[in-house]
Amino acid sequence: MKNLLEHTGLEPGRLHFSWISSAEATKFVKVAKEVSAAVRALGPAKYLVKRRAEVV
Amino acid sequence: MIELTEKIRDIAKKLLKDGTVDVFIGYKKGSVPMMNEPVLIRNPDEADLLYWDSNCGLNLCNYLTGRTDRIGILATGCNSRSIVTHIIENQIRRDQLYIVGIPCTGMIDHRAVNRAVGHREITDITESDITFTVTGKGFQETFNKADYLQGNCKVCRHRNPVEYDEMIGEPVEEQKGIEPYSDVKNIEKMSCDDKNAFFRRLIDKCIRCYACRNACPLCYCPTCFVDESRPQWVGKSIDPTDTMTFHLLRAFHCAGRCTDCGACERVCPMGISMRQFTRKLNRDAEELFSWQAGLSLTERPPLDTYRSDDYNDFIK
Repeated sequence: MKNLLEHTGLEPGRLHFSWISSAEATKFVKVAKEVSAAVRALGPAKYLVKRRAEVV
Repeated sequence: MIELTEKIRDIAKKLLKDGTVDVFIGYKKGSVPMMNEPVLIRNPDEADLLYWDSNCGLNLCNYLTGRTDRIGILATGCNSRSIVTHIIENQIRRDQLYIVGIPCTGMIDHRAVNRAVGHREITDITESDITFTVTGKGFQETFNKADYLQGNCKVCRHRNPVEYDEMIGEPVEEQKGIEPYSDVKNIEKMSCDDKNAFFRRLIDKCIRCYACRNACPLCYCPTCFVDESRPQWVGKSIDPTDTMTFHLLRAFHCAGRCTDCGACERVCPMGISMRQFTRKLNRDAEELFSWQAGLSLTERPPLDTYRSDDYNDFIK
């Protein structure tokens, strides 16, 4: 899925996958920080964003 | 071509007469040139409707889903792979089927032919071994079939059926030295914005008619996600984001199952090359899981098996 989305133009770094157990609080914090830093660095999303219908 | 047509008719008649099958699925000549239609024959007397040439691009496997009778079916390379996929997904049992294999030298791209004759109306098409001739009012032109093959047939590596009970004609030589994923690789080289622009332009014309879904043998869900309204998974408008969502999800549902039969592209009224989505997934299936759909009745597809060495670089 990640490969397909990035193939069709999603920026690498926008989509993240992780497997975190409920017991892994520190891993959760670490991943959440990484994700938010990576996404913030990319700026606002352009891909697959629907603001208002572009149908004329 | 006419010899193969005769053979198909004879086999269908024999199978229906001796009761091996209740129905025979093949093609008949379409009402419009270059558009042969699928046909279900139940009566041996109707078998003369059956027809075969290089305009049989629809996937007959689409008509197997959930059938309970015994079926004779004509199968080219890609069709036979779709049938195998149907069997391993429990949509049909192998013992219900009598598969009549037919070696295939590729199907003609009707859009390319129409372009080549300047969109003048073609009223007839005749075919010899490697050429075909189209006729219309005031013109007649002959083309080399190899130059007008459908995109998927140009890069086909399985022209002969992989599973059959009986084979019509000798197997054809498989194409050698083709680079199956050169188009995918070209897109991979693009920048992120270019990829985005490429795919946006690609589906720009989509009218959400779902012909691609309907022609696809893999799309057999009783209710498709695009038709559901509770919950509504995807917007139903032709807004670019909705259209892209549809195409991405449609493609992903075919991951590891698509045989690149080209039916989706063939039926698209707007001429959209939506194979660009599924081909990326086919390539990933091949590179990451060494998997090409529909080649084996015994192996399970990558998405319903787990191996400890599965590709998982995307997970943190």
